[in-house]
Amino acid sequence: MEPMHKETTDVEETQINWKDIDPKKVKQEIMEIYPPKVARKRSKHFVINKKVDDENYAEIEANVRTVPGIISQRGCCYAGCKGVVMGPTRDIINLTHGPIGCGFYSWLTRRNQTDPSTTPDGHNFMTYCFSTDMQESEIVFGGEKKLKDAIQEAYDIFKPKMISVFATCPVGLIGDDIHSVTREMEEKLGITIFGFSCEGYKGVSQSAGHHVANNGLFTHVIGQDDTVQEGDYKVNLLGEYNIGGDAFLVEKLFEKCGITLISTFSGNSSVDHFRNSHTAELNLVMCHRSINYVADMMEKKYGIPWIKVNFLGAQATSNSLRKIAEYYGDQKLIDRVEEVIAEEMPAVEKAQADVRPRLEGKLAMMFVGGSRAHHYQELFTEMGMISLGAGYEFAHRDDYEGRHVLPKIKIDADSRNIEELKVQKDPEKYNPRIDVKELETQERHGIKLKDYEGMMPDMEESTYVIDDISQYETDKLIETYKPAIFCAGIKEKYMVQKHGIPMKQLHSYDTGGPYAVYQGAVNFYYEIDRMVNSKVWDHIKSPWEKSPELAAMYAYE
Amino acid sequence: MRKIAMYGKGGIGKSTTCQNLVAGLAEKGEKIMVVGCDPKADSTRLLLGGLSQCTVLDTLRTEGEDIELEDICKVGFKGILCTESGGPEPGVGCAGRGIITAINLLEQLDAYSEDKNLDFVFYDVLGDVVCGGFAMPMREGKAQEIYIVVSGEMMAMYAANNICKGILKFAEAGGIRLAGLICNSRNVENEREMIEALAEKLGTHMIHFIPRDKMVQQAEINRKTVIEFNPGHPQADEYRTLAKKMEENDKFAIPKPLEMDELEKLLIDYGIAA
Repeated sequence: MEPMHKETTDVEETQINWKDIDPKKVKQEIMEIYPPKVARKRSKHFVINKKVDDENYAEIEANVRTVPGIISQRGCCYAGCKGVVMGPTRDIINLTHGPIGCGFYSWLTRRNQTDPSTTPDGHNFMTYCFSTDMQESEIVFGGEKKLKDAIQEAYDIFKPKMISVFATCPVGLIGDDIHSVTREMEEKLGITIFGFSCEGYKGVSQSAGHHVANNGLFTHVIGQDDTVQEGDYKVNLLGEYNIGGDAFLVEKLFEKCGITLISTFSGNSSVDHFRNSHTAELNLVMCHRSINYVADMMEKKYGIPWIKVNFLGAQATSNSLRKIAEYYGDQKLIDRVEEVIAEEMPAVEKAQADVRPRLEGKLAMMFVGGSRAHHYQELFTEMGMISLGAGYEFAHRDDYEGRHVLPKIKIDADSRNIEELKVQKDPEKYNPRIDVKELETQERHGIKLKDYEGMMPDMEESTYVIDDISQYETDKLIETYKPAIFCAGIKEKYMVQKHGIPMKQLHSYDTGGPYAVYQGAVNFYYEIDRMVNSKVWDHIKSPWEKSPELAAMYAYE
Repeated sequence: MRKIAMYGKGGIGKSTTCQNLVAGLAEKGEKIMVVGCDPKADSTRLLLGGLSQCTVLDTLRTEGEDIELEDICKVGFKGILCTESGGPEPGVGCAGRGIITAINLLEQLDAYSEDKNLDFVFYDVLGDVVCGGFAMPMREGKAQEIYIVVSGEMMAMYAANNICKGILKFAEAGGIRLAGLICNSRNVENEREMIEALAEKLGTHMIHFIPRDKMVQQAEINRKTVIEFNPGHPQADEYRTLAKKMEENDKFAIPKPLEMDELEKLLIDYGIAA
């Protein structure tokens, strides 16, 4: 029998050479659709990467209000405070004071993993969702009583070491004084209880919430326990949230190298570790955007320096380990780190050699987070892929251009609305971990302290760096370049897939991960290989869309 | 049924004027409902001979969803139906939201339905228009006529002007109109002339000038309106006159709020500086 329609095998292998397309023209076309005022604003966020001089890259506008209606990726202050920074800690009861939606939809579905067996009490509240479930009556008459009752109830049931309370928008509007409630309940129950004024409307994105969370941790938690742990090379890892188990791999690697991890903010973390974190010698900053405040404040108050690290990407991991070893300048650590790298790399190189022929030269775009869009480029580079476009949802200029622009960033009213803590040397606990001169010059053994060069220097010239990308801009970039893979969050997932392009979530890892350090890098290579080279995207068009003609005859003919 | 809202600066005498006026209308046989929109819940005290003990919101809080109109609506002087929205203690919660909730609930309970045969509904609203909740009676046609209680004092006039801004906003979208200023005299010099001039500038009229009389306070201490407490007193007749004028009033306007310097000029021309 004749087939009803022609089999189509039109797998278009039309690899677009991105260098053939003029990015200025693409930008111009995209901006044309906007009203003039919006175009003016958006074009400052939509930058074509360019080195201007020895130190500077093209300026980008970031951390300002989103143009209403452009369909932003951003979330709110509450999301940044509760979801990102505080959420991954297993033994704090994170109580949302507000109507049920805020608490329910920020219930940790992001797969921040944790291992409760590593703390003596085994507390783990991450599987629970705590909310005061405010009703109309609490809006009218005030919700403070209900909050008190909720704290009491949570305490009675779980006997936690710490309860933190998050204010949602309506709480800010009606003016419930959550801080006086938490103070009162702290006194009554004898555990640490404190609140965050992280109402969703504050600031311009999640970023405000990170800052609020950092302030709360620093004020109420860090420094409560002076016990000095055993071990060499005592560090804190800041801004690693253990998505998909990333932190587990970092922990294992540190152990292998003989580095003692005092606390992680806040993946696989415990209150016990936070309280003790000021006894560490060095802070390692992973996600610069969400946690640099704590790093800065710990340096000022306790004299702990910080360095930027990245454990996404095998090469980046090796570089970070070497940086730590170099910082200590201890031959034993330097040697051990080299041994570990030599041990880990063969498996990584083997995997790279395997996937590279199938991925070499393909295009990736990633618009996510406030540091992740930078970190993941390492992994794509290792597969021979090109990061053609990248940007953040909620980063500031320093995350793009580097911290040297900090003095040049103008502080607007939205940022002033977020409290900036005045931190001074602790009269008793301040203890400079390194030579005071090194702290002053921010350099030790040739390693720059308190430094982050940002995303732009790591991207090729004429690639796209886009802050707070809109859905329209996303659509147009995908249409223009048909990248092999697009990375963002759950909100963007389906719109990208509808273009017939695989979409990798980098907030949560869907079913994949972990992707950190060496073992994770191998996981990531094969995950991307699987997604990019899947045949499934060739079938996105229905057969009748490809060849609509049906040949048939009536039986009587 | 005419739906009327009374606004004015806090302490100007809105509730007292409203209740005395309503008593005057009730004497003439009108069927009236008074809705107090003030967390203090004292808008119907003179009609009920004491504070109404069950406000809409308190009842909602204690009874939950299961509320009957009878629970929150009490019958006062001459059959006047009295209800109070109530609200939170000062400094907590959201009184504005409370008023929205209360008015919506009253509607759901058919408080104003046809079969009640009401001639008037009065909303007595707290202070200035401070937020969306206090503008509720103006929104969605809940009130059609607004009377502003004012005196010759600068801040009272300033508040009246602000309220006009609120009316203007809702007049364009809905059908509400400014129906007049009621001058509740504070014995300020040239008060009548000044308020008449203010009314003219706002595009409305001063419907009545209520002279100051201590009988009002005397009646109030006895938890009664003047009309009930001392029906033969001249002050009772003032309220009866106001009631009559209001029944006959057909001057409904979209107000033209004044700029600050225009308002100041009024005070200079008529007031203390004159």
